[in-house]
Amino acid sequence: MARIRTALKGKWPFAICSGILVVFFLVSILAPWIAPNDPIQVNLALKLMPPSLEYPLGTDQLGRCNLSRLLFGARVSLGFATLIFVASLGIGLVVGTLAGYRGGWIDTLLMRFCDGVMAFPNLVLVLGIVGLLGPGLWQVVVALMMVQWVYYARMIRGMVVSMKEQNFITAARISGSSNWKIIRRHLVPNVLPPIMVMGTLEMGWAIMDISALSFLGLGIQPPTPEWGAMIHEGTSFMRSNPELMLYPGLMILFVVISFNVIGESLSEQFGVKRRY
Amino acid sequence: MSLLEVKDITHSYGASHSFWRKQDVKPVLSGVSLSIEEGTCLGLLGSSGAGKSTLGKVILGLEKPQQGQVIFQGQDVYAMDAKSRQQMRRNLQVVFQDSYSSVNPRLTAEKIIAEPLENYEKLSAGEQNRAIASLLEQVGLSSSDMKKYPREFSGGQLQRINIARALALKPKMIVLDESVSSLDMVTQTTILNLLQDLKTMHGLSYLFITHDIRAAYSISDTMAIMDNGQIAGVFHDKDEVFTSQQPAVKSLVDAMLPEHPRYRNAAAPKEAKKLFSR
Amino acid sequence: MHTQPNVLQVDNLNIAAKSSRGALPLVRNVNLELKPGKVLGLIGESGSGKTVTSMALMQLLDQRAMQVQGSIQLNGQELNGLAPKAMRNIRGKEIGFIMQNPMNAFTPVYTIGNQFVETIRTHTGLGKKQAVELAIASLESMNLEEPAKLMKKYPFQLSGGMLQRVMIAISMSLRPAVVIADEPTTALDVTNQLQVLKELDRLRTECGTAILLISHDLGVISQLADEVAVMRRGEIVEQAEVCDLFDRPQHEYTKKLLQARPMFSGNEALSRLVI
Repeated sequence: MARIRTALKGKWPFAICSGILVVFFLVSILAPWIAPNDPIQVNLALKLMPPSLEYPLGTDQLGRCNLSRLLFGARVSLGFATLIFVASLGIGLVVGTLAGYRGGWIDTLLMRFCDGVMAFPNLVLVLGIVGLLGPGLWQVVVALMMVQWVYYARMIRGMVVSMKEQNFITAARISGSSNWKIIRRHLVPNVLPPIMVMGTLEMGWAIMDISALSFLGLGIQPPTPEWGAMIHEGTSFMRSNPELMLYPGLMILFVVISFNVIGESLSEQFGVKRRY
Repeated sequence: MSLLEVKDITHSYGASHSFWRKQDVKPVLSGVSLSIEEGTCLGLLGSSGAGKSTLGKVILGLEKPQQGQVIFQGQDVYAMDAKSRQQMRRNLQVVFQDSYSSVNPRLTAEKIIAEPLENYEKLSAGEQNRAIASLLEQVGLSSSDMKKYPREFSGGQLQRINIARALALKPKMIVLDESVSSLDMVTQTTILNLLQDLKTMHGLSYLFITHDIRAAYSISDTMAIMDNGQIAGVFHDKDEVFTSQQPAVKSLVDAMLPEHPRYRNAAAPKEAKKLFSR
Repeated sequence: MHTQPNVLQVDNLNIAAKSSRGALPLVRNVNLELKPGKVLGLIGESGSGKTVTSMALMQLLDQRAMQVQGSIQLNGQELNGLAPKAMRNIRGKEIGFIMQNPMNAFTPVYTIGNQFVETIRTHTGLGKKQAVELAIASLESMNLEEPAKLMKKYPFQLSGGMLQRVMIAISMSLRPAVVIADEPTTALDVTNQLQVLKELDRLRTECGTAILLISHDLGVISQLADEVAVMRRGEIVEQAEVCDLFDRPQHEYTKKLLQARPMFSGNEALSRLVI
């Protein structure tokens, strides 16, 4: 990781976007301490107020502090997006490696299952699962995870299949390494970097999916703050108080763009590094 | 008893893997037999497609032949249980043609060479370090190269690391599968000299697979020619390769490029043979 | 003796790679001369700058990454700095290129015939039928069997040796003034190497083409070259007529190269005989 950072030192887009993301992550962790007010505290007397010292970004239609809601919203969006990414990557890694390395009927079985899942349009499947499980944040997370891992599994399986024929795997076998050691030491570390790059781009999508579902009323249940839900609530006040939609919208924009830029920089870096 | 004995190997691809259709596949190896004595080098020559690399894989215990046996140190390689085969690997190592794809690009030279040591020996960190440093020096590199990554080395240097890894367990035999074919002329010679020195120093046996007659001649004690999956000839006297009338051998010899421009025209081979058979 | 004018004249070629740390020299002060119908061998280790030089001659280096200084004259016309459109007309027609890996030279999704005819028609005004005839005639002259059938095959169906001969056939059909052959036999099986070199030889005797033969293999140079330039770390350290180079090498590096080939040591008689 340190090597990547030093290598890209001169490139300002990467530096700026990394900075933005680091700030967002810190904010989401430190939200309980740095938020000026309680995000779910309702105070109808103070509704839709302009920015003031006590409420730096004003209040929303129920008198709740906008800034605090944004900060706590970051926890949900970023936190759960990361969770979805890590979990789906983990499952995809296990399944993909197993299918690719073992081959045979296990490979066929697992890959046909993945084909089946991928045949459904993503959102339809997610809505279906949420419909089954009921609305709620955890249900949304589970649904998104179940839909996402198949893509990782397929990619990883493809990479494992081509990698296991390489000489260094054979050499490892001749050196006496067990299958498990080969997977752990040789296959996984070589499969992960390009997948991680893909993952940064996926993070952007995960955040938008969570927000989209919350916007539809399926994810976050009020009064928990979440950027997509905030946009949804702000639609009624589009003309009078557009900032209710604008603030969370801009948050999503910045975070997703930052992830995309980082993903592209890293993919360039790794693309070049692969040249022997 | 020979160190390695290959008896009547017949093998083909496709037949064992195809589940849906039965194909009539041409055998890659038919009735191949040869033997290698301890401390000697057998040069295995042949054009591509002759089956040399497949034979190498079969001998290494990586591909079970449909018929025939591979007897290494008196034991049938494919009749062993997994544990015995694991022990056998200590004495039978390999160096492949492409040095870059033979190493994990994410590991340092130290870790690459350490792998066989970690699998078989219980060495302390200090002992392992010393062992690796000593191996690196034996192949002409230095211990300061330990922490470098494969991309920091040239093809020739990386091949030395592959050789160091093959030597780590002090094997009895190393299969050199086109090990110098991807290197340029000058590097080829240095590596060949290195291999020769190591052979003398450690009493190693080699199976030197190549399509280059000159390289094979310089390092081998015995030469064997393969053609179309079969052994076309085995020559215990290397010089006899050049006078053999066997078509497969002859075509390899005739395809040799001249050593000096004055030998470049086509008539010369016949002259050579006339002068040689006094 | 009537000295023929040089087909390709390279004077003071300097190539540097642009980097954040300034210009890193790759090739320095290279002077080469190619006469019609002659073969100039360029020998050196990997990394010596041979390929970079050949790419520069063809003006194939990326201007943003590389700096090419010096004069490259083809039949008197200056190539360095020539407009891309004009250079495109010259590449293929006046300067042919035979690359190391023939498999990479052909597009895998089109047949040999398709690519051959396309190349011919790009550089000449021939109609389709005439181009096909020319292609078949060229393939036949390369001693390739059943040329008409060959035209319908895809690159992956042919072996490396055959593809290389097809490349030479394409070159021959266009009758270029110069052909740059960059390690033409390195990727080939040993039984094909000699044959391919012999076909290259015919290219120069029958068409009067000048050939720049780049290789790291002394055997290849022995077989075909009239003159040899030895390249080391971007510079030409020695240049001589081929027999002179082998018999009386001047530079230390040349001597080292000549000694490097695994010879038939110890057997004096054998080393003279085995060609």
